[in-house]
Amino acid sequence: MRIEISEELCCSAGMCTLTAPEVFDQDDADGTVVLLDPEPPAALHPAVREAAHRCPCTAITVHENG
Amino acid sequence: MTAARPMTFTTVREGFFNPPAEIRKLRETAPISRMAFADGHLGWLVTGYSTARAVLADSRFSARGELKHPPVPRSAVLEEAPAAPPGMFIQHDAPEHQRYRKLLVGQFTVRRMRLLTEWIERIIEERLDEMERIGSPADLFEHFALAIPTLVITELLGVPYEDRAKFHHDAEVWSSFGASIEDVTAAFGSLGSYLHGLVLAKRAEPGDDLLSGLITGEGNLTDEEVTSIAFLLLVAGHETTANQIGLSTFALLNHPEQLAALRADPSLVEGAVEELLRYLSIVHHGPTRAALEDVEIDGTLVKAGEVVMISLAAANRDPERYTDPEDLDITREMANHLAFGHGVHQCLGQQLARIELRSGLTALLRRFPGLRLAVPAEEVGLRHDMQVYGVYRLPVAW
Repeated sequence: MRIEISEELCCSAGMCTLTAPEVFDQDDADGTVVLLDPEPPAALHPAVREAAHRCPCTAITVHENG
Repeated sequence: MTAARPMTFTTVREGFFNPPAEIRKLRETAPISRMAFADGHLGWLVTGYSTARAVLADSRFSARGELKHPPVPRSAVLEEAPAAPPGMFIQHDAPEHQRYRKLLVGQFTVRRMRLLTEWIERIIEERLDEMERIGSPADLFEHFALAIPTLVITELLGVPYEDRAKFHHDAEVWSSFGASIEDVTAAFGSLGSYLHGLVLAKRAEPGDDLLSGLITGEGNLTDEEVTSIAFLLLVAGHETTANQIGLSTFALLNHPEQLAALRADPSLVEGAVEELLRYLSIVHHGPTRAALEDVEIDGTLVKAGEVVMISLAAANRDPERYTDPEDLDITREMANHLAFGHGVHQCLGQQLARIELRSGLTALLRRFPGLRLAVPAEEVGLRHDMQVYGVYRLPVAW
């Protein structure tokens, strides 16, 4: 799995940080998504998929086959 | 997929908590149906979960106030809708919306909200002390549900808590469907000039609060812009959370098995709060959006200029998304509801609201093991006639 984020689309709702804190963080100044791990281990994949689904701004793209 | 006769939207719920049966029936036919708006505009009503997400995430649907039509009869908005003033960002599109939102989101990140948790918990304990001083029975809405978010948002914004009677009153009138246009205009003007005065005072002498930060910050915001932002944050910051705390408590008292499960295992509170947000969906008539061009949604053509209203309450009960959607089940997995909306306008204060709700419910149940209604449930006044659903008062005993 490979993750792409769009800082432009991000609206800083924080859902990714809540759902998969090992993979996503928020910038302290403006809350924009910070990608901690673009290729997370398999154990985190369900949480990453959930985070992408919960993102209100479609700022997270998950490529399942890397 | 057009219904024979366009429906008119009602905010009166069934059996305390359920969206009107008419709206549920519509959803069984199609996730988007024709709806007659209060001024005669023929638009659309979205009742399906995935359709709601699609519309709210689509930039071809505009949030601009002047493009919209009023979904429910309300004396005060039947006039032609004006363009939103600068800073009233819930009614702006990109790029204005993002410009304002970016200046604010840093204040509402998950991490910043977690840092506030202990302070919020102290506020909650003090409110429970106050209820004990008053003695059983007491009105949980006034002394707990309304007091907590009011204390929190006034402190964050730098609005004097002592002025609460004034802004509570103005916000109530502004939110009421039944108030006359004169009263709503007066309340809007009164709250606006109160906040404008506050902004001027903070520009002269900035404090250590969010509004002062906006005034002196890099956004170079005008007094008018900061006043509009203060208006949004103050009203949204107390009214919605107060009603969600009040109605959540009422819902738990009406579902003794759910209440017992939460009492037995307080670690369920996170899921319980999400489920209560889904189940109650207190925003009566959800976000409205105007199509900027012809858009096809689920095989239905929405023409440019037509307005779409999302019923968050209906979408959050969509059986295609939730198993047994009509049940309140605090152990439900990953609610992922739309109670805070969806898309770029999704609630800015949602992480703050979550902390107030989780900490509030946890402390309330811990302090009062015998919490119960002090009047029959039918006598609890419900806010069918306000923009945000909830209880007017919640007399409880313990």
